[in-house]
Parts: sequence; structure tokens; C-alpha cells
Amino acid sequence: MRLVTAIVKPFKLDDVKQALHELGVEGMTVSEVQGHGRQRGHTEVYRGAEYVVDFVPKVRIEVLVDDETAVQVVDAVTTAARTGQIGDGKIWTVPIDDVVRIRTGERGPDAL
Amino acid sequence: MIVDAGDTAWVLGAAALVLFMTPGLALFYGGMVRSKNVLAMMVQNLGAIAIVSVVWAIVAYSLAFGPDAGGGFIGTLRLAGLAHPNAQVPGYHLTVPPLAFAAFQMMFAVITAALLTGTGADRMRFGGFLVFAALWSIVVYAPIAHWVFSPEGWLFKRGVLDFAGGNVVEIDSGASALALAFVLGRRHGWPREVMAPHSLPLTVVGAGILWFGWFGFNAGSALASGHVAAQAFVSTQLAACTGLLGWILVERWRTGHATTLGAASGVVAGLVAITPACGYVNSMAALLIGFLGGVTGVLAVSAKFRFGYDDALDVVGVHGACGVVGTLLVGVLAMRGAGAHLLGEQALAVIVTIGWAFTLTYAVAWLVERSVGLRVPPQVEIEGLDTVVHAESAYDFGNVRATRMG
Repeated sequence: MRLVTAIVKPFKLDDVKQALHELGVEGMTVSEVQGHGRQRGHTEVYRGAEYVVDFVPKVRIEVLVDDETAVQVVDAVTTAARTGQIGDGKIWTVPIDDVVRIRTGERGPDAL
Repeated sequence: MIVDAGDTAWVLGAAALVLFMTPGLALFYGGMVRSKNVLAMMVQNLGAIAIVSVVWAIVAYSLAFGPDAGGGFIGTLRLAGLAHPNAQVPGYHLTVPPLAFAAFQMMFAVITAALLTGTGADRMRFGGFLVFAALWSIVVYAPIAHWVFSPEGWLFKRGVLDFAGGNVVEIDSGASALALAFVLGRRHGWPREVMAPHSLPLTVVGAGILWFGWFGFNAGSALASGHVAAQAFVSTQLAACTGLLGWILVERWRTGHATTLGAASGVVAGLVAITPACGYVNSMAALLIGFLGGVTGVLAVSAKFRFGYDDALDVVGVHGACGVVGTLLVGVLAMRGAGAHLLGEQALAVIVTIGWAFTLTYAVAWLVERSVGLRVPPQVEIEGLDTVVHAESAYDFGNVRATRMG
């Protein structure tokens, strides 16, 4: 089992969600986050006082899947979230020891 | 005295319009502060309405508009407690009930004190501010109102023209704000930390309410309905518009962007500049005065960074500087009496208003800081005034963080 985490541009969320549904991935967790890689922030001006806003709004998508699906998920998100511009984001995966479905108490792959 | 129904209706309506400016100011300023201090800003404005209205009725109205005590410097206490409500206001030939006049002027005293919340943003104690506002209305506002507005005041008698409060409200609040900024000191982290406005939509709504209320402020200062009120009304609208345009033209040229905050600020700068002039100048002069007000405002708000005083929401830059420009321009552009002599009298009024307001405000603020306290402790300032001082937060996005006590 693996946790796939993707940081993508907010306007790409719908495309990524659609791609995951087509793969049969049923659940995901989405949060609005801020950060930056190589993409630069922007400048704001209030009555002449200029502020550099370093952190750019992004969406963080987390999906728990089995090892085989994880490879497909990474490919699907890569395709769906890509614009070719700086700031498209990153995807990483980490192994997961155990998963529990709270409602039934199922553990491991059964709980996915 | 003869009471005119039309005049009375207009002055009472105008008084209500001017009152509405202070909740408008609460929104204008509330949007500009950080989200942890928005309620503190707003309740200080509401508090100013309450405390200044009470002080006005009991004593300050009489000090400003009561019979002169000698030399045109201050009124006596004959009208204290709003006594003699049926007798003509000394020096005036009003066609409205004296109580209507007292109510109209009450709203001016309220908003002038409320403007000072902008300078003290993010760090002023609520209770300390109320004490300050009460004393300030007596010691600073009432004498200047007497000098300039009352026909028995010494500046009025010298021929100084201030139609709706360029001296009494704008320069007075600007100079007082500078003194208050010195006594309070800089906000923690200023000017290094980001202190960007948390909600410009609130600020835009606030600017709209101020604009609306300013018609009562300026056209109501005719104290009658008729030609003069109509001229003041039109001048007000035109100057607000050219103020907006002047401000955003300069900032577009200086920083590359015409901003929402600049547009809202430009409206206020134009309105401030036309305040002393609105009933004395023609419509084309009003266009020019508003435009110069907008240009002055956008340049003046940079001064605090150069000189290092933390006038948080630019009361000095917008009300002080634009008030001076408008007051002096009356000497140049007034339809009657413009010239070197009038300009000299206007300049004299500017100088003595700044001198009195700055000195006495410094003294009052210092006294309040040393006695009841005017600035919150550093940890309160860092955590935010809303939760610590008022036990509330402006924006609650869910119930995860709280459970009901008891």
C-alpha cells in the first residue's frame, strides 16, 4: 500500500479528480495549501507599500492505493496536472504500514 | 427666531447622514487592519459615537458654540447640558431649531474623534481610547470649533473660511493623529512586517458610506436648504470623483498599478480637500480641488515611512495633508474674497490649528497613557486585540476549535 501525495495548481484539481475516477480510485483527501518551488510569488501594493508574496496557492491531493495502482495514479496525475509551465507541482509516494477503515474495523488492503 | 420647515428637515436629515459616516469609517478602517484586530477597530468607532455624543451634550457643545467667554477663544458653559434649546445660537441667524444645529454639530465631533482610531490601529486600548476621546473632544475639538465655526470665534472674525470643517475636522484630526502616533509608538514589527489590509471589500463599502454621508456633512453645513447647499452638494460629488482619478493616476505612474485601495482612498482624499471649500467655490474649481487632494494624498501617505512615525491607516497623510491643501485653495479659488489677504488668513488658521491640535493632543494622550493606559501590552498586540481584549473573533469558519463552557 502506498500514499500518493500530489501538489498541483488549483485550477487543475477537476482534471486530476476526473483522471482518478477513470482509474477507479474512489476516495481522496484534498487540502488548500500554499508553497513554492521554482515558481516565483507575486508583488502586492497597498498605498505604496510593496509586499512580496512568496507562497503561491496550491492544492494538495492525497490518495491511499495498493502498490500497482500507485504507479497508474502517478502517471494519471502527471498527465492531468501538466501545463508545461513552471509551478505545475510535484508528486511523491511513500509506503504505508497499515490502514484501518473506522466504520468496520477492516485492516490492510481490505480497508482501501 | 423663525423656524423654516425645509431647512429643519434638511439639517436633521443631514445630521443623520453624518452620523452614518462613523459606522462607514468602521468598515473603511476595519478592512484595512489585519483580521485579528478588525473588531477592535469597529468597536472603537462605535465607542466614539457613544462617548463623544454624551460629552458633547453635557459640556463640549457649549464650549464650542456657547456665548464667547472673551477673546473668541472658548464658549462659556451657558449651553451646557443643551440648556436654552429655544434661544438662537450665539452669533448665528439660524432658521432651524438650535437643537437641530447641536445635533448636526454633534456628529462632526463624533467622526473627528473616530478618525483617530485609524492612527492607533492594532495597538490602542479600548478603555484608554474612550477616556482619551472624551478629554480630546473638550480640550482639542471644542476650542478649534469655537475659533473657526462660531461667529464669535477669533479665526471666524478674522475672515477665515471653513465651510464644513477643513480646519475643524480634517487638519485637526490630522495633526492630532501625528501626536497620537508619537505617544503610542510604532506597532510591533512595523515597518518590516507585512501589515496588508485583510479585506478590501469592507474598505470599499466603507468608502461608499463615507461618500454618501459626506453629502450631509458638506451640503448640510449650509445649515439651510437652497442654492448654497446645492453648490456644496455638487462640489462634493465632483471632488470625490477627481480625487479618485488623481490618486490612481499617480499610483499607476509610480508603481504600475491602479489599486482598489487607491481608488477608495482617493475618494476620501478628494472629499477631505473639498470640505472647507464646497460652498465657497464653483463646480470647476471643485474639480481641481478634488484632483489636487487625490494627488496630495497618494504622495503624503509615503511620508510615514521616510520619517518613521507609525500613523497606521494614514490619518495624517489623507486628512491632515489634504485638509491643508483644501483650506489653502479656498484662499485662491473662493468665488468671493479670494486673494493674498484671504490666503494669509487661511494659512494662519492652518498653522494655529496644527499647533493647538498637535500640542494638546500630545498632552492628553500622554496623560491617558501614564494613567489608565493607552497602549496594550506587547503580547496582546501580537495575539490580536479581538480575542484578548474583546473575547470575540470576526471570522468563524467552523466549530472544530471551540466547545461550550459550563
